[in-house]
Amino acid sequence: MSEVAEENKKKAADDMPDWSDYRGVMIVVEQRAGKAASVSLQLLGEGRKLADKLETELMALVIGHDVRHLAEEMIYYGADKVYVSDAPELKDYRTRPYSRVCLQVLRDVKPEIVLQGATATGRDLAGAIATHLPTGLTADCTILDVEPHPSRLLLASRPAFSEKMLATILCKQYRPQMATTRAGVFEALPRDTTRTGEVITVENTMKEEEIAAKVLRFIEETERFNLEDAEIIVAGGRGLGGPEPFKMLQDLADALGGVVGASRAAVDAGWIEHKHQVGQTGYTVRPKLYIAVGISGAVQHLVGMQNSDLIVAINRDPDAPIFKTANYGIVGDLFQIIPALTAAVKEKRVLIPQSSAQEGVTHGKI
Amino acid sequence: MLHIVVCVKQVPDSREIRIDPKTNTLIRQGVPAIANFYDMHGLEEALRIKDEKGAVITVVCMGPPPAEKSLKECISLGADRAVLVTDRGFAGADTLATSYVLGLTIQKVAAEFGPVDIVFCGKQTLDGDTGQVGPGIACRLDLEQLTYVQKVEKIDQEARRITVHRHLEDGVEVVETAMPVLITALKEMNKVRRAPLPGMIRAAKFKPVIWTTQDFPGLERAKIGLKGSPTIVSKTWVPEQRHVDTEMIAADTPQATAGLLVDKLWQTELPQRFGWANGSEV
Amino acid sequence: MEKFDAVVVGAGPAGAAAAMTMARAGLSVVLLERGEFPGAKNLFGGVLYRRQLEDILPDEWQNAPVERQIIEQNLWIMGKDAVTKLGHRNEAFKSPNCWTGMRVKFDQWFAERAVAAGALPVYETVATELIREGGKVVGVRTDREHGDLYADVVVIADGVNSLLGKALGVHQEWQPDQVSLAVKEQIFLPKEKILDRFNLEGDEGATIEFVGETSGGMTGLGFLYTNKESISLGIGVMVSDLKRTRVKPYQLLEQAKQHPAIRRLIQGGETKEYAGHLIPEGGLKAVPQLSGDGWVICGDAAQLVNFVHREGTNLAMTSGRYAGETIIAAKQKGDYSRAALSHYDRQVAASFIRKDLKKYQGLHGLLNEIDPKLLFSQLPKAVNEAAFEMLNVDGRTKAEKQRFAINHIKETAGGTWDLLKLGWKGWRAING
Ligand SMILES: Cc1cc2nc3c(=O)[nH]c(=O)nc-3n(C[C@H](O)[C@H](O)[C@H](O)COP(=O)(O)OP(=O)(O)OC[C@H]3O[C@@H](n4cnc5c(N)ncnc54)[C@H](O)[C@@H]3O)c2cc1C
Ligand SMILES: Cc1cc2nc3c(=O)[nH]c(=O)nc-3n(C[C@H](O)[C@H](O)[C@H](O)COP(=O)(O)OP(=O)(O)OC[C@H]3O[C@@H](n4cnc5c(N)ncnc54)[C@H](O)[C@@H]3O)c2cc1C
Ligand SMILES: Nc1ncnc2c1ncn2[C@@H]1O[C@H](COP(=O)(O)O)[C@@H](O)[C@H]1O
Repeated sequence: MSEVAEENKKKAADDMPDWSDYRGVMIVVEQRAGKAASVSLQLLGEGRKLADKLETELMALVIGHDVRHLAEEMIYYGADKVYVSDAPELKDYRTRPYSRVCLQVLRDVKPEIVLQGATATGRDLAGAIATHLPTGLTADCTILDVEPHPSRLLLASRPAFSEKMLATILCKQYRPQMATTRAGVFEALPRDTTRTGEVITVENTMKEEEIAAKVLRFIEETERFNLEDAEIIVAGGRGLGGPEPFKMLQDLADALGGVVGASRAAVDAGWIEHKHQVGQTGYTVRPKLYIAVGISGAVQHLVGMQNSDLIVAINRDPDAPIFKTANYGIVGDLFQIIPALTAAVKEKRVLIPQSSAQEGVTHGKI
Repeated sequence: MLHIVVCVKQVPDSREIRIDPKTNTLIRQGVPAIANFYDMHGLEEALRIKDEKGAVITVVCMGPPPAEKSLKECISLGADRAVLVTDRGFAGADTLATSYVLGLTIQKVAAEFGPVDIVFCGKQTLDGDTGQVGPGIACRLDLEQLTYVQKVEKIDQEARRITVHRHLEDGVEVVETAMPVLITALKEMNKVRRAPLPGMIRAAKFKPVIWTTQDFPGLERAKIGLKGSPTIVSKTWVPEQRHVDTEMIAADTPQATAGLLVDKLWQTELPQRFGWANGSEV
Repeated sequence: MEKFDAVVVGAGPAGAAAAMTMARAGLSVVLLERGEFPGAKNLFGGVLYRRQLEDILPDEWQNAPVERQIIEQNLWIMGKDAVTKLGHRNEAFKSPNCWTGMRVKFDQWFAERAVAAGALPVYETVATELIREGGKVVGVRTDREHGDLYADVVVIADGVNSLLGKALGVHQEWQPDQVSLAVKEQIFLPKEKILDRFNLEGDEGATIEFVGETSGGMTGLGFLYTNKESISLGIGVMVSDLKRTRVKPYQLLEQAKQHPAIRRLIQGGETKEYAGHLIPEGGLKAVPQLSGDGWVICGDAAQLVNFVHREGTNLAMTSGRYAGETIIAAKQKGDYSRAALSHYDRQVAASFIRKDLKKYQGLHGLLNEIDPKLLFSQLPKAVNEAAFEMLNVDGRTKAEKQRFAINHIKETAGGTWDLLKLGWKGWRAING
């Protein structure tokens, strides 16, 4: 380790080549059926900050079929310039044609930073492109920053060693600097329809006959449940003692307009499905309100929810570590508190119909 | 007969790594080294194909000499041969340098033991945790690439095509493509078997093929190890726990406590944002 | 079907020693172990002895992963809030004589020596039964698929619960009064604290054995050993007593931790491991026939434990080595019958193993005969009260005090006659 660290330091001290040909921050947008993934919108928000700090452009690359409308959306969400490649061959994501388009754009445009969501598709594509270019790629980042001009280095930070540490990773000798980022950690800008920008069309050069892969069918997950994008989460842990009490949490979540989350202990016990799990081996969430019920607050759980805006903890153990992270704490028996809370919320709450969702963008799903 | 290569990395069981609270450094001592478990699901799938259709399985691993242990485990389960690529020169490799060496290794495996039809990788490693090496290898060998695979539905040896189920965030995609192909395995793919006794005996006697930098005539030094790695770890730190001033809420009855909390929530922007309204005040 | 010269069941000190001995002589040996690796789940108090280790690894014993070399050994007689101590410290023990150790590390290293010599390690595999042909043992069955393993000799070294020994009928189901159950905690403390608290330097170590009120009136022994950066604290009690009193061993351990003399030694430490294990305490009477047609049995499986001196690993290693040597000779003659293998029984009989066990053979009977309350509660209590009386300056004359002290102990034992009887029996038990 120390040897490697030493050499790392030496390497870091090396002079960087002249990278003045490379300018701009590029977000590779992920979409399905003409709808952008929320992680891509979040990246536009974060990318905007980086581009501003570097005094450069924020660009987006949209690939797909019947996706032209997304160009405008990307501008509304922060992009200055959008490259769009729209062709029937690009309808479904497939590594080869998508990476062909990407490489072509990256080679022509020469952005200094390229970012994608660390989703299955994002990781698949980024891994291929980075090898082709070649350049360095940092996976699964949760913090991004840049050093200002002249170094203009991307400081890509990601959890390491099962989230017990964070590491900042640099790429000095290659351009562009690439990273994939976790969903849910960055914030999208509010959709601003007054924003304008440039849209550039990119040709797709790959013919269907040249593409070996065929997407035969897509089986959508039946239940439209998405923890990562939820804005209100009521999460339960081992303190619930069984599957039944989760109904109680569901009632509270329903009353608040949220969804149910869980700790790993509850998931491992088989009380609730894994897709509800928050934490290191579950989802990273960043809701406006997170209510932790019967959860002790192990680090592996905390890393998944500590960026929530407002955290409420309910636990009968006054020394439970979760209270250190919570804005509001209630020491007490959840079986008494939760029904009372649900009743109190219902009593106070009158539902006003929400304004209709924006066009072309889903918040629920990618 | 199909020739399947499985990439297996030996990793420290990072789930067991702890942080020394005083020095904020990793305690690596006593952390067991294990075969990356996603990779073992890749091996299991290869074994199932072998059981069903007949296949020869070659396991490859880049790592220090003790990684032999993981290769032996693969042999005990039924892999036919194992290659350990080991050299100080390979140390410090990031995913780009790793995929370069593993690409060369698989090329050499193909040259020496016959053409390769399928390469299995794990979805990701426990230590590197990137999932980039698989696509990297596919790219270097110009293979079709199928990541996040939870099921191999069909292999058509005649047409040389394979159909798999890829698990994505929002559903399952069924894709068919041409072999040779690189597949990255999810743990949902199968249940890893237990080695039979003759396998254990075979593994106990087994010595893997060892290749060093010397064994790759065309190897470019600038592309391996630390030198060949564009990414540099500039610093590591232990994330600070979010510290907030917790306000404890307590009242005589659960109802009163709940009422107090609701009052607090109603003082935030939440009711506004989510279109809740204060019913009692209407 | 492949056949081996020997299959060794159990990669503890006994099995690994046997495998090592045979593999060095070029025999084909499989070393079976049910744990993930040797020592993974093994537990002992932790004292390892140099002499028997050196006998088997003359060039490598210095590399054994040990904790501290013991220069001081103590016996504490525990009263409720009091203790009367007896101990011996000697620089000569730095030869060294014995060390504290951890089975997780030691067994792994020790078995690795057998593998380096050529034994084939097969771990995470349980031997489920012996394969017999006629009266002969010809192999073992394991819990893996296609799991039969054939060999000329099976070395049974599967520890205190010896499944295979029971299957052979040489190893009886345990009688509750032949085994004790020990529980142990590993309590982590900074090195400097350990050196300070125990008056040690560098890699020196100390041991404390304690009897008395800490075992709650049951036949039992507590121990406290210093490791590099931790303390092993444990207590073992006869299973028969636990059954009778329905006390849980961890309750005893918790109580022991509260004892003022112990509490201060472990203060501030962090308990990281907690485990329990059986110890064979049947003594010589319980040692079975050690060999038969196609098999030998060694170590704990054969009851070879000197419970008075908490020696077990050394008896295990030595018996394993003897077993290995006998099998090497048997292979030269091509004879694996009971007649050929009984050479091993004779080797054990001629060695310190049997002689030491014989020395204490009466003790077992004595412990059964006398109410454990007396030996393990009332007498220690009286000893402490007597000591207190002697040392407490309160105006009474020394002669008065001495009379009280002696009478108090006598009365506790049931009068002069009974005390003498007890002393005599005790003497006979350990010297007869
Ligand atoms: C590699 C690794 C990855 C992990 N990944 C994750 C992960 O992604 N997500 C995750 O959550 N964990 C993860 N864990 C596990 C984590 O370490 C904890 O074990 C887990 O979070 C504990 O869940 P819990 O808080 O529900 O259970 P516990 O720690 O058992 O806490 C239960 C709490 O409920 C309280 N309680 C009990 N009854 C009541 C009652 N009637 N009323 C009120 N309160 C009550 C108790 O006081 C206690 O605080 C991981 C661990 C490892 C090693
Ligand atoms: C609390 C405690 C304190 C002790 N203190 C000391 C001390 O300070 N000094 C000392 O010298 N001795 C001490 N002993 C005794 C000593 O630990 C044993 O005598 C010694 O370990 C015996 O070695 P063995 O190889 O015969 O058996 P074990 O060490 O028990 O090894 C048997 C092995 O066989 C394996 N096994 C069992 N069944 C099977 C199967 N069916 N298939 C495959 N593998 C199997 C087990 O996993 C184990 O690894 C202590 C014991 C205890 C419990
Ligand atoms: N050193 C290595 N040796 C063999 N296979 C590897 C190695 N590193 C990565 N892999 C393979 O690539 C996959 C993804 O690794 P990673 O990109 O590190 O998450 C792993 O699951 C392995 O199958």
